[in-house]
Amino acid sequence: MSTDTQAPDTMTTPIMPSFDSGPTDRKLAIICSKGNLDMAYPGLILANAALGEGIETHLFFTFWGFDMINKKTMEHLKFSFVGNTAMHPPGHFGMYMPQTLGGLPGMTHMATAMMKKQIAALDVPEVPEFLEMLAASGCHMWACRMSADMMNLVEDDLYEGVEGIISATDFIELTDGAQLLFI
Amino acid sequence: MPTTTIAGHQVEVNDEGFLTDPSQWDESLGAELAHMIGVDLTDKHWAIVKFLREDYAIMGETATLRRVSTQTGTAVKDLFTLFPVKPAKKMAYVSGLPKPKGCV
Repeated sequence: MSTDTQAPDTMTTPIMPSFDSGPTDRKLAIICSKGNLDMAYPGLILANAALGEGIETHLFFTFWGFDMINKKTMEHLKFSFVGNTAMHPPGHFGMYMPQTLGGLPGMTHMATAMMKKQIAALDVPEVPEFLEMLAASGCHMWACRMSADMMNLVEDDLYEGVEGIISATDFIELTDGAQLLFI
Repeated sequence: MPTTTIAGHQVEVNDEGFLTDPSQWDESLGAELAHMIGVDLTDKHWAIVKFLREDYAIMGETATLRRVSTQTGTAVKDLFTLFPVKPAKKMAYVSGLPKPKGCV
């Protein structure tokens, strides 16, 4: 490629990142439907990344995902490797944990503690603190009406950052034009 | 690697425009970079920039937004106020560092 018709780079307008002055019109909605520790994080991490890019982000908690915002459970999400054939001891790829082992008493507690330790080692916060961080970054959080009714939960039972308990229709309306992830 | 001139400073940048050699940065350039992206630097901004520079020198990578928040005791909300919309990238840019690689 010839550049001899151009002025040298140093003479042109400075090369600088395009940060855009205002928020983008991109919008992201993530439906969090799981209450396992390992399945709580993908939605939180992606929401955090989107918010850092100035993207309007909505989290909708439904069914087991309520455990992520229920004040009584949000600190105590668990991880079990029962049913997860990809589980291997940390650093031992190719070695698999017998599924029956996961069902033994105390094994969920142990697996949870191990996973929490690995997450903390990366300086990634636990779920309640993560939600705080997302709220501070401007994340919108919503709880599912049907799930709340099924579980007899009201707004006071939920993390303060949740803006409201809304119906599926409300959620569809307010995420008009959004990209959507179901987790 | 392209070279660009910013207020008389000739610096190497990547394709996006982030400085690739942190040693080519000084405070006057930082002020200029901030000006170019519409940020007026106050003492609070400078404290963050100073942390990012020092942390990079030790860790060898740019601090993520969370790391900046926890290490400097600055609320995430305030970081979004100081460097609006895309705080992690903007503070890295002003500090003459690569954009952060960490996820959180």
